[in-house]
Amino acid sequence: MHDQTLTGLAAALAAGEFSSRELTEHLLARIERHDGVLNSFITVTGEQALAAADAADAARARGEAGPLIGLPLALKDIFCTRGVKTSCGSKMLDTFTAPYDATVVEKLAAAGTLSLGKTNMDEFAMGSSNENSHYGPVKNPWDLGAVPGGSSGGSAAAVAAGLVPAALGTDTGGSIRQPAAFCGITGLKPTYGRVSRYGMVAYASSLDQAGPMARSASDCAHLLGAIAGHDLRDSTSVARGVPDYTEGLEAPLSGLKIGLPKEYFGDGLSAEVESAVREAIKVYESLGATVREVSLPHTHYAIPAYYVIAPAEASSNLSRYDGVRFGHRCENPTDLIDLYKRSRAEGFGEEVKRRILIGTHTLSEGFFDAYYKQAQKVRRLIRQDFLDAFEAVDVLMGPASPTPAFDLGANKDPVSMYLQDIYTIAVNLAGIPGISVPAGFAGGRPVGLQILGTHFAEAQLLNVAHQFQQATDWHLRRPDLAEETA
Amino acid sequence: MQWETVIGLEVHVQLATRSKIFSGASTAFGAEPNTQACAVDLGLPGVLPVLNEQAVAMAVQFGLGIHAEIPEVSVFDRKNYFYPDLPKGYQTSQMYEPIVGPGEVEILLDDGERKTVRVHHAHLEEDAGKSLHEDFHGMTGIDLNRAGTPLLEIVSEPDMRSAKEAAAYLKAIHSIVTYLGISDGNMAEGSMRCDVNVSVRPKGQEAFGTRAEIKNVNSFRFVERAIEFEVERQVELLEDGGKVVQETRLFDPEADETRSMRTKEEANDYRYFPCPDLLPVVLDQAYVDHLRGNLPELPAAKRERFQNELGLSAYDAGVLSASRAMAEYFERVHEVCGDAKQAANWVQGELSGALNREGLAIADSPVSADQLGGLIVRVIDDTINGKAAKQVFQALWHGEGGGENNSADAIIEAKGLKQVTDTGAIEAMIDQVIADSPAQVAQYRDAEPDKRGKMIGYFVGQVMKASRGTANPQQVNKLLKEKLDALC
Repeated sequence: MHDQTLTGLAAALAAGEFSSRELTEHLLARIERHDGVLNSFITVTGEQALAAADAADAARARGEAGPLIGLPLALKDIFCTRGVKTSCGSKMLDTFTAPYDATVVEKLAAAGTLSLGKTNMDEFAMGSSNENSHYGPVKNPWDLGAVPGGSSGGSAAAVAAGLVPAALGTDTGGSIRQPAAFCGITGLKPTYGRVSRYGMVAYASSLDQAGPMARSASDCAHLLGAIAGHDLRDSTSVARGVPDYTEGLEAPLSGLKIGLPKEYFGDGLSAEVESAVREAIKVYESLGATVREVSLPHTHYAIPAYYVIAPAEASSNLSRYDGVRFGHRCENPTDLIDLYKRSRAEGFGEEVKRRILIGTHTLSEGFFDAYYKQAQKVRRLIRQDFLDAFEAVDVLMGPASPTPAFDLGANKDPVSMYLQDIYTIAVNLAGIPGISVPAGFAGGRPVGLQILGTHFAEAQLLNVAHQFQQATDWHLRRPDLAEETA
Repeated sequence: MQWETVIGLEVHVQLATRSKIFSGASTAFGAEPNTQACAVDLGLPGVLPVLNEQAVAMAVQFGLGIHAEIPEVSVFDRKNYFYPDLPKGYQTSQMYEPIVGPGEVEILLDDGERKTVRVHHAHLEEDAGKSLHEDFHGMTGIDLNRAGTPLLEIVSEPDMRSAKEAAAYLKAIHSIVTYLGISDGNMAEGSMRCDVNVSVRPKGQEAFGTRAEIKNVNSFRFVERAIEFEVERQVELLEDGGKVVQETRLFDPEADETRSMRTKEEANDYRYFPCPDLLPVVLDQAYVDHLRGNLPELPAAKRERFQNELGLSAYDAGVLSASRAMAEYFERVHEVCGDAKQAANWVQGELSGALNREGLAIADSPVSADQLGGLIVRVIDDTINGKAAKQVFQALWHGEGGGENNSADAIIEAKGLKQVTDTGAIEAMIDQVIADSPAQVAQYRDAEPDKRGKMIGYFVGQVMKASRGTANPQQVNKLLKEKLDALC
């Protein structure tokens, strides 16, 4: 039951093979059994989940239909959930219970899904390994000595470990695609503006985007259809119709033009990852696609530009955590400045503080033009690189990450950690969609193939990913959860 | 040395939108603390702003009202600083690309002279909450009801040269925003506040002196007093060989002085950057044209019209067009009575006097424009004389006459104030007075002819008294003179 895709579970529920309650109970038991070691959940909402499962079973008995009714999911702990702790992986919000639901949470509930709980993450979504969580690191289910990736590491690990069939993550610089790659699941970052950000705790507002993490492209298509769409509460969400993303999944790929950005196959790329990715591309060729090399000449500016823009926005977004209204407040402040200083010093972790400092610096008088404005110019160039490439090819393909999941504690130096996102970060700067699909293994750890499309080309990406999954079985591989996690 | 004062004003006008600039919470004044602050106003994690279209329309209307350029694109920026009543740790404002570009405001000085003050730009921003220091011991309360209230900040060029000019400019802005109906202009409730930039320089010098910024001055009178104090302080400082430092000062109305708040060195670095949660505001020409087509007549145009078409003096036209309420009242009185001069005299004379005595705004006048117009009609058609008219006005003021538009007629009827114009009746009263005043008649007769004019007053008074004020005074005068002169 726990190894099935969402689509498979939906069919089983519809056929009455088991009830939503039975499925939920089973998964809650697995969480109970394995998550002590994996640490993929911050909060498990078992009671609410069972009540929602009963409601879904009752709805189904009344004849209500819908592809997602009664399916259990998990939510990255960055999404506000009414009455449930929303910590964003931070001590700052350890005591924060959201008084409202994020738009995507409302939409998933309206589609009939239920939530098993809130998944672990790097604090305020800042990190590539899930080691920056106040609640401790998440273990990679494929190898307990490896990181699951970040920042949506909890969501990725929970799905990979069969604790939940699918989860929501967010992606600001690769936070869906990289952990999906590290954990051997499928993760989609939609076009910026495709999914409402209302109720998603902000890290870098012009880059943040929520998306599905699941066991197949088809599952992602179902979930994207449920969460996408214009939201009057988010001015940056785009007023554009939501297609049925499942409709075109089966379209053949003959004639598909694939571009391989030469910058994504250079120094620093592990040979094993490269060979897995090149094998995957051969599969596409066998499906009738043509492949050519393209160039994204400003790629090497993406990480520097990102680490100006994202921290700048973060420094401002995180100013509201001041100990005055909600969140962590220091004990016995002597005056206002003491309240600010100690609440923030105690509430934020090291990486968050580092980015606040970087952002505060780059926005300062005298530095703004040299950093922030320059980074925005670079951002436009990077976006143009992609638009130019999509004039020549339909999709771009490459590795999601230069290496497979690395060992816990391996990247102590922040800059080497930042470099992990070299293939994912430019995508956020350009605002285009990207998907990571399982494409083999390197040293026993999963490898992700990243597929990129132009703005609002999600349907195409899902089709291209789905066809790969029809031709391969990498996405069906499951980690053998050793007894040590039990 | 002769000194010249240079003043620039930043006026914050609270826009009269129903909901806040970035949320659906109400903007009503005076509610219990924190009852009008929603998740967005509280800056809860995950919330996002949505721009209030009404605030945009109001800002554009203001721009059109001061003949300003309206840029096609404007952008919201974040102004970052920590303060307990600033929930997000930044204020959403417009630093680099404001919604209203350069424009100008005409001001009217006391001597009737006009002057143009240039407006550098006007931008939209959100207000902060309020810190309440009084009610809590050793703690500060925060009321976020005001947080997110839309403000239009109007930034002038340093074009004013005296406290009086600054006050006149502030009044002109007040009258424009209230005419447009985009603000209630209530300074006591903080709907209009201003920051005043003041510097002095030797007369004839082109370069500006170092300026001080006086924060949060909230009345026309305080603006004048703050500037006067500040100019005196700066001049004294300079004449004593000192230097003015660039700083922010506070005006203390109690002590009637300005005090230093912080110097430039202590100033915040606000780290402005474009707000990534809001899209640039793009105004298409049709939208702007639509607003332009629906602008009400503004004070300057009204003043012109009152002068040129209604024949009012520059002074009267200025006073009567100063506020929309005043102008509308006057125009209605004029419409009813048909005589602009009479209408102007009554509104500025009897009515304004009574309102001032009671401290009432014209909107709260117990005498309606229709009632006052009805009263003036009766003066014009000689139904009552001027003295009786004042009596009728007093009665209207106190709610007599039934409160209808024709209350004046009811009062005239009830009090028997109808003017006596029947020559026979007046003659009879005159004959009686002459018969009853032999001594005065004798004096009149014995006086030199050129002294008699003054003496006739006694007889007029007696006749008016006999008529209980209702006799037509011009007729009484004329007939008395004829009859007395006939006796000489």
